[in-house]
Amino acid sequence: MLMQLARRLISALAATALIAAPAMAQDMTGAGATFPAPIYSSWGEDYAKASGGRLNYQALGSGAGVTQIINRTVDFGASDSPVSPERLEKEQLLQFPAVIGAVVLIVNVPGVDGSKIRLTGEVLGEIYVGRVRLWNDPKITALNPTLKLPQIPISPAYRADSSGTTSVFTKYLSGVSPIFKERTGAGNAVAWRTGLGAPGNAGVAAAVKNIKGGIGYVEFAYAAENGMSALMLANGSGKFVAPSVPGFLEAASQADWANAKNLAAPMLNMPGDNSWPIVTSTYILVPKNPKDPARTQRVLKFFDWSFRNGTPAADRLHYIMLPPEVQDRVRQEWTKLSPGGQPLWPAN
Amino acid sequence: MKQLTAATRARYFRRQLVDRIMGGLCIAAAGLGLVLLGMILWMLFSNGIAGFSLAVFTESMAQPGAGGGLANAIVGSLIQVGLGAMIGAPIGMMVGVYLSEVGKESKFAQVVRFVNDILLSAPSVLIGLFVYQIAVEPLGGFSGLAGALALAIIAMPIVARTTEDILRLVPQAYRDGAVALGSRENEVVRKVVLPAAFGGILTGVLLAVARIAGETAPLLFTSLGNTNWSTDLTQPMASLPIAIYRYAGSPYQEWVNLAWTGAMLITVGVLVLNILSRFSHAAVAGKQGG
Amino acid sequence: MNTPIAERPLLGSRKIHAADTTFRISLHVAGALVVVVLLSILAIMFIGGKLAFDTFGLGFIWGTEWNPVTQVYGALPAITGTLVTAVLALCIAWPIGFGIAFFLTEICPEKLRTPLGVAIELLAAVPSIVYGMWGFFVLAPFMSEYVQPWLTNVFIWIPPIGDSFFWFTAPPIGVGMLTAALILAIMILPFIAATTRDVLLSTPQLLKDGAYAMGATRWEALTGVVIPAVRGSLFGAVFLGLGRALGETMAVVFVIGNAIRMPDSVMAPSATIASVVANSFPEAEPGTLDLAVLLGLGFILFVVSFGVLAVARVLLRQERMS
Repeated sequence: MLMQLARRLISALAATALIAAPAMAQDMTGAGATFPAPIYSSWGEDYAKASGGRLNYQALGSGAGVTQIINRTVDFGASDSPVSPERLEKEQLLQFPAVIGAVVLIVNVPGVDGSKIRLTGEVLGEIYVGRVRLWNDPKITALNPTLKLPQIPISPAYRADSSGTTSVFTKYLSGVSPIFKERTGAGNAVAWRTGLGAPGNAGVAAAVKNIKGGIGYVEFAYAAENGMSALMLANGSGKFVAPSVPGFLEAASQADWANAKNLAAPMLNMPGDNSWPIVTSTYILVPKNPKDPARTQRVLKFFDWSFRNGTPAADRLHYIMLPPEVQDRVRQEWTKLSPGGQPLWPAN
Repeated sequence: MKQLTAATRARYFRRQLVDRIMGGLCIAAAGLGLVLLGMILWMLFSNGIAGFSLAVFTESMAQPGAGGGLANAIVGSLIQVGLGAMIGAPIGMMVGVYLSEVGKESKFAQVVRFVNDILLSAPSVLIGLFVYQIAVEPLGGFSGLAGALALAIIAMPIVARTTEDILRLVPQAYRDGAVALGSRENEVVRKVVLPAAFGGILTGVLLAVARIAGETAPLLFTSLGNTNWSTDLTQPMASLPIAIYRYAGSPYQEWVNLAWTGAMLITVGVLVLNILSRFSHAAVAGKQGG
Repeated sequence: MNTPIAERPLLGSRKIHAADTTFRISLHVAGALVVVVLLSILAIMFIGGKLAFDTFGLGFIWGTEWNPVTQVYGALPAITGTLVTAVLALCIAWPIGFGIAFFLTEICPEKLRTPLGVAIELLAAVPSIVYGMWGFFVLAPFMSEYVQPWLTNVFIWIPPIGDSFFWFTAPPIGVGMLTAALILAIMILPFIAATTRDVLLSTPQLLKDGAYAMGATRWEALTGVVIPAVRGSLFGAVFLGLGRALGETMAVVFVIGNAIRMPDSVMAPSATIASVVANSFPEAEPGTLDLAVLLGLGFILFVVSFGVLAVARVLLRQERMS
């Protein structure tokens, strides 16, 4: 009763404010994942200059992005993890990848150049469950015979806030390390068995910098922007690779796009000479039955423009564009959108 | 006398020594407080200056590498804090007047006083969760209005508490005099008691504004933040604390610098408000003392 | 400072006017609103968190496992972190705050009292996120470099509880419950100092003069006469400080280490209820157990704060009565 009253009061207040405020012509609204927020906003600003269409992207977090598009309160949702095919079907959503990101590992081992350190996924998993506790553990020295690793404890750092970055990293570790899968598992937030949590990429990076023996995972954009050296990981072919943009692209191209349902092609631990093992795409969700098809079409036009013209911004911000063949697959997927028999793509 | 001195003097010295040591420790404690204040302000200003420029006030948040400022966050903060104070302060004042002038020591007034003090110290993150449940979910979206509402709930008990305290300082003779001249109860309060306590009440409002201007947690779940310029109360709205929270964790040095500048702006604004409120308080105290 | 208020009714037997009736009603409504807000907060937290209580029962409060992957949620690690950091913070802040108060009321030259008082209180005006950043970038490295190795060496002889809890022995990573407690202590310090100062100032000068006349030193006058006279009020100040420490969020997120597991040392990373809510909320979807758990945590935190403040109130009230 009280609640209803309160809600009604607030609704009334809000309605008043709505009338009072000038109706802003927002051309597109999107909401969701925080990881791609800088590149979406950046593309949005460039797109506004080129075409006049304005984008308002709100970095709410992936979970909230999915909720918002299910409620149809936004024109598109953005999520770092793909949504399950059943849920896409039930909620009448179309999913496509928009940009590629990678997660890299930074370390602070006194006297050792971090970029020379080699680890495998198995050992990394054991570090993050607290099985491998010292930097001179035989399992690490076996991989790094030429390095003089000190006998100091390993302090793994992780993201305190629930995030898509954590989701990708834990998914990778669960795939390559059975003990990690059993003890910890994958998710936006997990029950870490050891180490410390810090807020955001900056928090993890600062924690690693502050703590002798620290190791932490951050988005590639963060490491690149701050000139941090990241260690080498073994990829799907067992080759030790340093993170690099060609390596990310190679991993993305290796992914099995042809058989990927809803374009959610896994690209973790891909084989290849340069493929970096922790690569992921971040996804966009649009309604198959939009209330206003024109708005959805605007979203498609925006991403089409961004795929063609977004490379400079992506380079500047250290994001990775979808390989051209994948972009074409995405456009192919768009042709499935035809609310009321009116195809939205190709747009005229 | 002389026979006594040996033992007495020893005890006297011991007592003096204890007094000196404890006094010294207290001075050290005060010194520590000042040193901490100095260190925190130093970090804030030395970092905050890096991102400081005119653009901070004239431009909205922009993509990294494109310059940009905090204008939308500053305006968003002003709107939400202003609206929050406009909702919370009058209610708080009425509660204060009720406690001091009408309810006094009645059972209900004691309950209200107790509950008000609990609200005063309620974790602000819970206020944010509460407003999310009553204003964000039912309305289907984050909004500046919800942010202002959360801030109002935080401001209200502060104003109530300071208003009651200051009204209690208004001499009873004022009220008696007004009643003797035939004033009605509401006139006594409106025309005599409130004007006499004006400065003190203003202090309370300013303190409340100072407190809510720096709040991050309640805005996180209510007004959410906005990277664009928006003064629409039904849409997500930017604010300085949220901008700091988001930028401080970003990869881009420019944004990190802006985060520090934002923190500096809030602190300077809040410090100025505190000092202003002290002046207004001192003015009233002076008037009453004289 | 509580100067005596009117004991007499404002209007005696005069007839109450219509305007006065409206006036009184509106004031009563405002008063009632305060109570309504508090009750609604409690109700919303409880209703929202009901799913969590239904799913785990009392295990939600006593469970030590917090695992979003398996959807098992026990709040004990967060409750432990909340209480340990808040109590530790109080143990650190109280003596220092008391010292500052004594300095400001008795030792400090008259002219410096106001400016120094203002300066200490300004510590309370700094936004809490700034404390978090300071704690993270300045205090945490200092802790890991100097304080934690030292504490580990000094207290290594204290026997552990069971075979897992090693008091002051932990890898020197800088962040953890002790660091969080220090930051919280700094944050509640001005609060305790200002409240204690007001309490000390409200002691009748006559009491102190009597003590001085007997030849007491300042410290003896304080411990022998002033403190016994205002003991309840002093405790009240302490409890109000504790109430603030329990609910602090943003500063804690930076320095506590955010590990939702039972801590194995006072210096180990941990989490507080407020920090867990702030970290997990943005990704919690409506209608899920995840969100219910966070609201349930909010309810628990509210009940704890409620209890603490109620005790503080009762102690203050006793003092006011006597």
